Amino acid sequence: MARPKPLPDPEGYFGPYGGRFVPETLMAPLAELTRFYDKAHRSRAFKRELTALLNDFAGRPTPLYFAERLSEELGGARIFLKREDLLHTGAHKINNALGQCLLTKLMEKERVIAETGAGQHGVATATAAAALGLTCTVYMGSEDMRRQRLNVDRMRLLGAEVVPVDAGSCTLKDAINEAMRDWVTNVHTTHYVLGSVLGPDPFPRMVRDFHRVIGDEARLQLKRQAGTEAPDLAVACVGGGSNSIGLFTAFLADLRVRMIGVEAGGRGPARGEHAARFGGGALGVLHGTRTFVLQDEEGQIATTHSVSAGLDYPAIGPEHVWLHDAGRVQYGSATDAEAIAAFHLLARTEGILPALESAHAIAEVVKRAPRLSRRRIILVNLSGRGDKDVESVLAWDREHAGDDGNHGTVESFAAAAARRGR
Amino acid sequence: MSAIDEVFQSCAREGRAAFIPFIMAGDPDLGATATHLEALAAGGADIIELGVPFSDPIADGPVNQRAAVRALAAGTKLSAILQLVARHRDKLGIPIVLFTYFNPIHARGVERFAEQAAASGVDGVLCVDLPPEEGERELIPAMREQGVDTIFLLAPTSTRDRVNKVAACSSGFVYYVSRTGVTGERAALPPDLVRDVKKLRKRLDQPLAVGFGLSTPEQVEAVGEIADGVVVGSALVRLIEEKGSDPELPALLEDRVRELAAPLRPRPERRRA
Ligand SMILES: Cc1ncc(COP(=O)(O)O)c(C=O)c1O
Repeated sequence: MARPKPLPDPEGYFGPYGGRFVPETLMAPLAELTRFYDKAHRSRAFKRELTALLNDFAGRPTPLYFAERLSEELGGARIFLKREDLLHTGAHKINNALGQCLLTKLMEKERVIAETGAGQHGVATATAAAALGLTCTVYMGSEDMRRQRLNVDRMRLLGAEVVPVDAGSCTLKDAINEAMRDWVTNVHTTHYVLGSVLGPDPFPRMVRDFHRVIGDEARLQLKRQAGTEAPDLAVACVGGGSNSIGLFTAFLADLRVRMIGVEAGGRGPARGEHAARFGGGALGVLHGTRTFVLQDEEGQIATTHSVSAGLDYPAIGPEHVWLHDAGRVQYGSATDAEAIAAFHLLARTEGILPALESAHAIAEVVKRAPRLSRRRIILVNLSGRGDKDVESVLAWDREHAGDDGNHGTVESFAAAAARRGR
Repeated sequence: MSAIDEVFQSCAREGRAAFIPFIMAGDPDLGATATHLEALAAGGADIIELGVPFSDPIADGPVNQRAAVRALAAGTKLSAILQLVARHRDKLGIPIVLFTYFNPIHARGVERFAEQAAASGVDGVLCVDLPPEEGERELIPAMREQGVDTIFLLAPTSTRDRVNKVAACSSGFVYYVSRTGVTGERAALPPDLVRDVKKLRKRLDQPLAVGFGLSTPEQVEAVGEIADGVVVGSALVRLIEEKGSDPELPALLEDRVRELAAPLRPRPERRRA
């Protein structure tokens, strides 16, 4: 069988998805970025330098952890957690931030900008910038600044300027708009460290390549710890889609492995109440790429909702739509209530507070694991830790105290666990 | 020859640059836009750029962003904008170019949009976030078939390859973004502007219009010396924002356009070769 051509194609397309939909001002800089990235991607020296940073500074490889008590609690498949939450700064985002900041140095630019939703990509970029001697500005929706305050303080302590964005829904989409405006204005001196597999080519493939270490490591670790490099199921949450692509890429060619990406189901399926692009989105063009977008009939971008700021975004990375069409990855969603329940469950059974983003992946595991036998293996990407979300979870619990179990399709696992006397 | 070509030819015969004002359709509502279009024409517009509001205008500064928010809040839809053009285009007697982001066109379907735009009398389409490479896939063929001009942008960052690409894909005119940045008024012209525009004009067959950041008669005059067209947007949009529903607004808009376009009126001793 002929080897399939690598994607994206030279125009940046994954089938009909992707491309470069940007103002003319950015076209030549994108071409330059592509040249630098392609060179770095082939360069041993670049790889060596990045690997050293990832290992010695950020703490790679991250452990693969057999979540024995969670597996028992759910009474089915054996669940392995890829512990990206243990990375420096607390999420997978640092893999990409270090890669792009190192590339910024190669391009001889002295300033980076970033957008952030949950604040994790902002913190990662501020961190990488500080470590590599770059100045850093982070754009963040004012609503996200409110709900992820801890990360705002962290970014400022790291020397980054955090600029509140008070437009639209004051969340991730609006932060990207503002970062793009900054980039268009300052492109001579500034690199835009885009935080997910979104945006114009080469970002979707570049960010994917910087994160594929997640799946590559997990595969080897699984072989060592479970005797097989192929899990039956791989699960990750999907905001823009970087941690999921990072996990999935290593397994795409291994057809034994089923994969599920989990989007934010928010408060329910009505437009504006969720961020499930495969549950109501349509093909569109946003932030430089042609992909699935939540929008109205007029092509105006919809507002979104998720309890998790990092998943609260109306578009999905173009490669995901390609994988969806190809039937290689399935996509589901978890509601706010299910994610919060999963957050509590993981905390009580495993002693791990997950990021609310990652809790969406755990919620999917809660649905799937009981239906699989103990011989089956589920690999789930624990993309980040939940310190940033403590206030949000407490607020949610206060607001929903009393309406036990009737706000999601799974019962409240926190309540269930508590009843069992934990 | 398109209506836009004719405007540039007749301006060239008069030895002057074309004046091209921009306003946002539906700001504060489409009824007002109809009146504003008449005011622009009466004040001396040669071509009008009519903005299609979009929820996420990444190439626009705060003034145009707020205009889009007002227009969308008023429920402005692309279909209604096309109807407005259909009703007013012939009466106005000057070409209308839609200035838009790509997604509203994409959502409607590129071919369907091309047919409707042509049927409404739209003369040209300029998509700020659609470079010619992407335009070649769908938009350019669809517009060509309908006889609607496709205008692409050049910027200070554009390389020689890109100039050639844009030249090959643009009809009507080419729009030069005077600075790396978003729309909005600026106090001074970029220092390299004169040199860059002169160089570009030599390499293009199409007329070259210059915009982004121009807001005063002095700037219009300076750019009119070197370019075939001068675009003023945010300064007019700001006037509309400040005056809101003031009944004086149409008259003020007309006066402002007349004042801005005045430096471009032919004065024989300043005639370009
Ligand atoms: C911990 C964590 N997981 C997941 C995401 C979602 O992004 P992506 O889908 O790109 O992994 C974020 C984004 O902020 C995050 O902070």
